[in-house]
Amino acid sequence: MNESTPLVRVRGLVKEHGDGESWVRAVDDVDLEVPQGQTVAVMGPSGCGKSTLLHLLGGLERPTSGEIWVAGRRTDGLSERALARLRRRSIGFVFQAFHLVDELTAAENVELPALLAGRSPRAARRRADVLLEQVELADRARHLPSELSGGQRQRVAIARALANEPQVVLADEPTGNLDSAATLDVLRIFADLRATGQTLVVVTHDERVAATADRLISMRDGMFVDDTQLAGTGTGRLGGLVGLEG
Amino acid sequence: MQDAVLAMLAKEPSHGYELRARLRRSLGPFGEPMNPGQIYVTLARLEKAGLVVCERSDAEKPDRKVYAVTPAGQERVAAWLTEVGWPKPDLVEFHLKLVAAAASRLADPVELVAAQRRELLRTLREAQQSALSEPPGSPATALLEGVVLRLQADLRWLDACERGYCRRRDESEDA
Repeated sequence: MNESTPLVRVRGLVKEHGDGESWVRAVDDVDLEVPQGQTVAVMGPSGCGKSTLLHLLGGLERPTSGEIWVAGRRTDGLSERALARLRRRSIGFVFQAFHLVDELTAAENVELPALLAGRSPRAARRRADVLLEQVELADRARHLPSELSGGQRQRVAIARALANEPQVVLADEPTGNLDSAATLDVLRIFADLRATGQTLVVVTHDERVAATADRLISMRDGMFVDDTQLAGTGTGRLGGLVGLEG
Repeated sequence: MQDAVLAMLAKEPSHGYELRARLRRSLGPFGEPMNPGQIYVTLARLEKAGLVVCERSDAEKPDRKVYAVTPAGQERVAAWLTEVGWPKPDLVEFHLKLVAAAASRLADPVELVAAQRRELLRTLREAQQSALSEPPGSPATALLEGVVLRLQADLRWLDACERGYCRRRDESEDA
């Protein structure tokens, strides 16, 4: 894959659910290209199709029609087995409800994807140590999820998503269950990831999360209605907002 | 600005240089573009109004004049601190813009909302980045959080405007 090939590329993507009265077209003929290293936020009202889009990108759902390419590889027609392998190796997922394994410690949760991908226990452990350090939870490595706050659990989940050095991280409402301070911790980690060139697609209701992205896509009724670059376009108007001339 | 400078002096007598440094610490990124002469102009005005007095001055360093609050100044500080005035958000202009656009059909209100949302999100991005780069425990964090929360409220108002105008548009298309 050369530099100019987008890391994620989608053509004519359609996803329909249900039939008869309950039939909906959740994603309606969407095209998207995400270059390597870009952070993209997708916003829109509930039911606009943004979570379905993320699930399609990550191979958690299959499209009704259209093409999906991730890291130079077409994924929409892959077998279940090949898709599972792709999800393990190339994609990191972060969910609103964390989805940690309750019986495993923070460190064991972070090691799990590396072990499943066939890394040695030692390598998995080393990687988990580095990642927990990165999300500032090294001192909680031996704690079970039930012994951690919501914000700490989400940070463990982010560390887990990074275990296999994924080419893209997909996050679905990552701050949906968090208070303001914990949200800020997650935003700080996302800002660090962005600085290291991690490609990231995040679906969110939270304007603060969206505002940390390079690019913002607005969705309505399964379609993109706006696509805006946020990066590098400072308005220099902050001073005016606090009563000081900016 | 006059009230804020006066209130800072209520802690202890101080000179302009020190006041400026304290103000900058409180304001974080907002303090940086502040004109350095502004504090001295403000102190001179407060002195003229009898709210502060110059306690002592060093002839070699005129910017090291030490000022103290007078009893009248104390009273003014107490009144300022307990006053419950609040800045008015200016929503009327944008609202009337949308009304005019819809009535005259010279512009699409939904498009105006989208353009405004992009602008606010860019500002929010700036505020968020400033908040993330403040050192831990910085007093300016609270100010930046206020900016972020107000922008979020404005963005929600834009969503509400958009829903309203989308509904109206759909209804007029059905009719």
